[in-house]
Amino acid sequence: MGDAVLLDRPDPEAGEAAWDGYLHLRDNPAGVTRDLWHHEAGCGAWLVVTRNTVTHAVEGAELAEAAAREGQA
Amino acid sequence: MRFSALKILREGLSGNRGWTPHWRDPAPKAEYDAVIIGGGGHGLSTAYYLAKNHGMTNIAVLEKGYLGGGNVGRNTTIVRANYFLPGNSEFYSHSLKLWEGLEEDLNYNVMHSQRGLINLFHSDGQRDAFARRGNAMINQGDDAVLLDREGVRRMLPYLDFEQGRFPIHGGLYHPRGGTARHDAVAWGYARGADSRGVDLIQNCEVTGIDIEGGRVTGVQTSRGPIRAKKVGIVVAGRSGQVAAMAGMRLPIESHVLQAFVTEGLKPVIDHVVSFGMGHFYISQSDKGGLVFGGDLDFYASYAQRGNLPMVEHVMEAGMTLMPMIGKAKVLRSWGGIMDMTPDGSPIIDRTGVEGLYLDAGWCYGGFKAVPASGWCMAHLMATDRPHEAAAGFRLDRFRDGYGLMDEEGTGAQHNLH
Repeated sequence: MGDAVLLDRPDPEAGEAAWDGYLHLRDNPAGVTRDLWHHEAGCGAWLVVTRNTVTHAVEGAELAEAAAREGQA
Repeated sequence: MRFSALKILREGLSGNRGWTPHWRDPAPKAEYDAVIIGGGGHGLSTAYYLAKNHGMTNIAVLEKGYLGGGNVGRNTTIVRANYFLPGNSEFYSHSLKLWEGLEEDLNYNVMHSQRGLINLFHSDGQRDAFARRGNAMINQGDDAVLLDREGVRRMLPYLDFEQGRFPIHGGLYHPRGGTARHDAVAWGYARGADSRGVDLIQNCEVTGIDIEGGRVTGVQTSRGPIRAKKVGIVVAGRSGQVAAMAGMRLPIESHVLQAFVTEGLKPVIDHVVSFGMGHFYISQSDKGGLVFGGDLDFYASYAQRGNLPMVEHVMEAGMTLMPMIGKAKVLRSWGGIMDMTPDGSPIIDRTGVEGLYLDAGWCYGGFKAVPASGWCMAHLMATDRPHEAAAGFRLDRFRDGYGLMDEEGTGAQHNLH
């Protein structure tokens, strides 16, 4: 469902630039990236998958809930 | 060297020994008036129109691989002007007109074939939407014919009209739509630019963009530094990496789109047929191969190849629509890297850096745009003002929400296009 940057939602009053960065602008790396996947046909969980965009190798996955909590800590 | 029937006849009778290379292989100079990063269709057409329309001939195209080795050689070659929204509509209309004069202009056979394109619809609601789109196309000065079911049957008798899931109610016929030979477009523009003095420099990867006091001064490359007053980034598929060299983040995610071609068959599909509800479209190349594709794989990728779930989905959609192709053997499949923007429309604009211009975000529709993209990007680079046909392709439209061009009507958000 896109870049895991979506877990890092800015403050509502953070201003135009922060929200533009959050909603639209992307690092779009050629290499290792973290993106959000929704296990739609299965348990319904949201996952953060660490993945290589050049080789398609999957390097790891964790529950988005856990990743979001880590991000806040 | 000009191509003509007489020249071909003479060469044919004399062992074809008189043909010369289509372009030079120059070493980079220390400085140019303008440098274009990216020797694909859009970069080469930008160079061609900078030279032809604006008299800028002290310019170079820098290509990290070989000319036309990216998306211009990896697409499904469809040329059309059936857009709906103001901003898109006039741009693609302009592009189709350029296509129609391209072979004469370039003195190069790009095999542009206006065989007609038919978008199928399967419900009353879709019919109304296509009628509206057809009216928008006619208002733009282009052509559109709304076909009922029998009208489609007369043109495409081989479709399965009775399929349970998506019974065919009719189609929107765009007679001037069609296909072209994709490589020839890149080669034709390359030859045209080279003959006007543009340096086409291959195996020259840009590794840095030099900026002093908010103004671009040149680029660092694998073949040494090159100074330039103006720099255009025209590298769809790698826009994010090149823009990062100028400290920019773009509203672009790169995704993989797959395409397929079968063994050569006798002529069987005379038009371009698009089955939007099934995510499937098809045409037949002049060599006889059925060329078809579907939708994105829907994950960020630079791999230039996709995965099997989308392969299966595309094959199923094809079989649903036209069971007759079931025995054709697929020869090859491949993937291209698509610059996906949040609203599905492209960007031709200035950047925050003076003298640095961006042509990017072509999503999965860049091929038909090659002539007008180059035309408008050249206008922008030469005059520092947007061309009127591309004035809507602003880089900042996402930030302020003004002038979004969401052709599919799904919302201006990544992962929806």
